[in-house]
Amino acid sequence: MVEFPTSGPRVIYPSTAWIRAFAGMTPSSFWGVLVCFFLSAFFQSAQAITVIDDRQQKVQIDQAPQRIVSLLPSLTETVCALKQCHKLVGLDRYSNWPDAVKTVQRVGGGLDPNIESIVALKPDLVLAAGSTRGADRLQALGLNVLRLEPRNHADAQRVWRTVAQALHVPSADSDRVWQGIQAGVQAAVQSLSPAARQQRVYFEVSPAPYGASESSFLGETLTRMGVTNILPASMGPFPQVNPEWVVQARPDVIIAGDSSRASMLQRPGWSRLRAMQGQRLCVFKQDESDMLVRAGPRMAEGAQLMADCLNRAAAQVDTGVQR
Amino acid sequence: MNTQPHAPRWALLPLTVGLAVVVLGTAAGSQGWQAWWLSGADAVSRQIVWDIRLPRSLGAWLGGALLGLGGAVAQGLFRNPLADPYLLGSASGASLGVGVYLSLWGGSAWAMSGWLGLGLTGAAFVGAVLAVALTLLLARGVQQTLRLLLAGVVVGVVLGAVTSLISLLQPQVLQAMQGFMLGSTAFVSWSACATMAVVLALCLALSWVFARVLDALSLGEATAQSLGVPLPLARMVLVGVISLATGAAVAHIGLVAFVGLAAPHLVRSLVRCTHAWRLLLSALMGGALLALADVMARVMLAPQELPVGVLTAVLGGGYLLWRVYRDADTGVRS
Repeated sequence: MVEFPTSGPRVIYPSTAWIRAFAGMTPSSFWGVLVCFFLSAFFQSAQAITVIDDRQQKVQIDQAPQRIVSLLPSLTETVCALKQCHKLVGLDRYSNWPDAVKTVQRVGGGLDPNIESIVALKPDLVLAAGSTRGADRLQALGLNVLRLEPRNHADAQRVWRTVAQALHVPSADSDRVWQGIQAGVQAAVQSLSPAARQQRVYFEVSPAPYGASESSFLGETLTRMGVTNILPASMGPFPQVNPEWVVQARPDVIIAGDSSRASMLQRPGWSRLRAMQGQRLCVFKQDESDMLVRAGPRMAEGAQLMADCLNRAAAQVDTGVQR
Repeated sequence: MNTQPHAPRWALLPLTVGLAVVVLGTAAGSQGWQAWWLSGADAVSRQIVWDIRLPRSLGAWLGGALLGLGGAVAQGLFRNPLADPYLLGSASGASLGVGVYLSLWGGSAWAMSGWLGLGLTGAAFVGAVLAVALTLLLARGVQQTLRLLLAGVVVGVVLGAVTSLISLLQPQVLQAMQGFMLGSTAFVSWSACATMAVVLALCLALSWVFARVLDALSLGEATAQSLGVPLPLARMVLVGVISLATGAAVAHIGLVAFVGLAAPHLVRSLVRCTHAWRLLLSALMGGALLALADVMARVMLAPQELPVGVLTAVLGGGYLLWRVYRDADTGVRS
């Protein structure tokens, strides 16, 4: 069994009482206890598991859930990546990956979950974001609600393991899949050319404009790639940015969603920015943006999209534009 | 003009409509009316009817009644037909309370234990009451109506700006706050109903006691004073009623527009009576209006649901506009 770091999932097995009992034990009783310990470990998979969610609430899950409702796209993707997709019976309206979930019944969104529809589905586990409205209400109605919100890389790992535990997926299996995802992220990081690593990046998440700083999930990925984010962590994860400030910061690359492109050209001074020329501006379509912003199992694909963009930008030859 | 004997008869109309709609509400929802008679046999259907639809229908009625009462008290107290229960800053205070709560504890470990476990609802209520207290402080008491209204507007604008600032600094709060602003009865539980019912009973009793003061006030401030009614005390209590009623309503069903404004107007257009009856009728009318709007919100896009606040804004706004134009055409003053 893999040893979890202390920051990992706080899973309390019923058998931990045995471990604590080892202290101050006579040698003869030691073996008896050890046998009991292994027996209990053997039956563990059929036993109740208690998971602690992001609100420090203990959620007891007696057996592997068979009817799951997920109200956050990244949690939906996590369930499917753990090969439990067929157990999803209800989803929020934004969950759109993988294709298998497109036929699953919709039960509103994070702001307006339809309580009645969710209860009618008789789920034995509801996965919700920490900010999901009505999660308390669902809990009060007797449903098992697990509130998890992956906001950064560390969260993503913790959430991954917690969901795996909650679904009674053996930790060996879930850790293997997770390591595969991390290997993918690492491969994306290493695919960056030395020139690409020298660049300064502005990542715009919405045209207000809001940017992704170093402390956001996206910013952490950029940091792992070794590029410089023009928005420092001190500004909070998704600060609202003054367009003038970006002009002054002179990023080499701008990464943005499709919705930002039109308004970017309207901003004074932006059309002459080096980052707005040719391949230095990476605009991602909605389905690509989903991969980038969701701290779930597709983070490797998202990281690769970013790496490809940064490599293309570094290869772009300047055409007499002022730096 | 003494048509008071008719008032009890008129009270039957909104009361009957309200009760009928609450019962009707137990048949409306994404699972369809079938859940209604399946509830005898099926445990989940029973839960849907008794623990989800009934409390939310009743919650809509109670919230609407609180807003209707608050609106009627405000219009009487400020002698202004445009007064609405949010006038003293309670709405922006509630939003700020929610914003502060979400930005401090949203999604963090403290969220459950924060603010004595009162959660979002408690934060909204505390925010609403503090905003009214601030308004009273700025107006230096309740003695001058104009100063009070002005202070309410100022507090509303300033607190609104602070809320914007919070959502600017912490955009992750924005989404949850928008949900709150929309107003919805979807998350009303039995305990929320109990809270609102207690507040409604208390507010009705208090405003009933001071209804005669509102009657005197309608003749003008000087006349009221010369009639010897306990004006300062009444002002204090009635302002308390407004803030308590709106605070409780906003905390449980979010910001629902126009019910507090439209209900007293509707009552006035139907029946002329003293304030004691007008307050009760406005509460009943507000309850009936919001319960009706809530059922419509559930049925119109079924199985999806509209936020009821959107519906009341459109319907209430349309109604007021129609009345204004009708009155302008016929020369009637309401």
